[in-house]
Amino acid sequence: MLPLFAWVAIDMVLWGFITKYLNAVSAAGFDFVPVFLGAVLLWDFFTRVMHGVTMAFMEDVWSRNFLNIFATPLSISEYVGGLVLSSIATSSVGLVVMLFLASSIFGLSFFAYGIALIPFLLVLFLFGIALGILGAAIVLRFGPASEWFIWPVPALVSPFAGVFYPISTLPQWMQHICWALPPSYIFENVRAIVAGGTASVSELMVGAGLAVIDVILVCWVFVRVYRHSVRTGLIARYSAESVS
Amino acid sequence: MTNVLAVESLSKQYGPTTAVDGISFQVARNEIVGLVGPNGAGKTTTINIILGVLEPTGGSIRIEGIDVATERSRALECTNFAAVYAPLPGNLTVYQNLRIFGMIYAVKRLSDRIERLLRDFDLERFRDVKAGVLSSGEQTRLCLAKAMLNEPHLLLLDEPTASLDPATAQDMRAKIRALADERRCGVLWTSHNMYEVEDVCDRVLLLSRGKILLEGDPKTLPRAHGKDTLEELFIAVARE
Repeated sequence: MLPLFAWVAIDMVLWGFITKYLNAVSAAGFDFVPVFLGAVLLWDFFTRVMHGVTMAFMEDVWSRNFLNIFATPLSISEYVGGLVLSSIATSSVGLVVMLFLASSIFGLSFFAYGIALIPFLLVLFLFGIALGILGAAIVLRFGPASEWFIWPVPALVSPFAGVFYPISTLPQWMQHICWALPPSYIFENVRAIVAGGTASVSELMVGAGLAVIDVILVCWVFVRVYRHSVRTGLIARYSAESVS
Repeated sequence: MTNVLAVESLSKQYGPTTAVDGISFQVARNEIVGLVGPNGAGKTTTINIILGVLEPTGGSIRIEGIDVATERSRALECTNFAAVYAPLPGNLTVYQNLRIFGMIYAVKRLSDRIERLLRDFDLERFRDVKAGVLSSGEQTRLCLAKAMLNEPHLLLLDEPTASLDPATAQDMRAKIRALADERRCGVLWTSHNMYEVEDVCDRVLLLSRGKILLEGDPKTLPRAHGKDTLEELFIAVARE
């Protein structure tokens, strides 16, 4: 249970004190808590969702359980569904702990985001699921050694997602990538709300649409990789490769 | 006797390498069929194809008349397996492993079934022990208990007694023999122990380079080919 909330709790405490310090040294009137701490909380939620899927998948890799699992009547959609359910359970624990710490210690109120909080969480959840399934597909295709690549994926995506700064800060070529990523639309709107504006429904719909497309796309990729693995014998050989 | 498994013209090609070369055989209810052959003969490949984790290049497999290629889930509902290279997750206890796989196989009255299997396979004292710390023999018993969870009509066993001591191996053979007799289950059994095959199997298939070279009663087959024992026959075939 500890890993479910230990890292997010550390993140909340660390960034909570950083924002308090920034509030103390910056010009009066600007509150860094909902900007930075809120962004860290939402980004950690996304990371937990992604890692929730990949961790559940990697448990089967580490325990050399592939043959046992894929030789059962379980269909591939049921298996992926199980990974998603597992991620919902683990990321929910992380979210509750983060909300508790951020609100009780640093006074972050999620009510400040209003009803937009629902699409914020939904889009980040869908994109986390999409990247988690993509990570699982990569490991299934390239073997257990490729796991080193999937854990830092959130860190690779974060510069393009505009978690801590407006997308307009970035050079033009990076902005093109940003607008292909659903989280970019979320963090732009988080900042808009914190600045006293309102969320753009059309932007949130674009973000949600992209996230849904990403989920469909990676499910298709996972099924293709699975079929390739069954055709080439990768699944059958997986146990032996994990041992060696 | 009706067939629980029907394999027809099964082949598997890996590029220029032929792992399985158009083999056909059946396993009937109450029958234990031994699949023997030298390393690389295609035994495990055949079992993996039957389990649906490896796609054949050609041929068909029917379990209880259900085509594995088109109705994989339905065919595997009445199938199970145990293999020396597929241990159960070591971070789960014996009970948790049986519970999870019982749920996947949708076993009715699962708690009762687990209690029965824990008794049958002498695993009661390991109920709350993590599978990873069991000895290899105990892990094999756990794998066999898992393989019996759904009272399969077809049981695939890939060297199931490889890590068991002779006494435990004999007990396991008796249990599997009883399962085949009482539950009208068909068993496909691979082993390198020819005495075991002679003892437990009703029929033996001798596989080499992906082809079935010999087939028959393991007790009479050696004499029919001028050998005293199945082991002698095996060695002769393996060296050809």
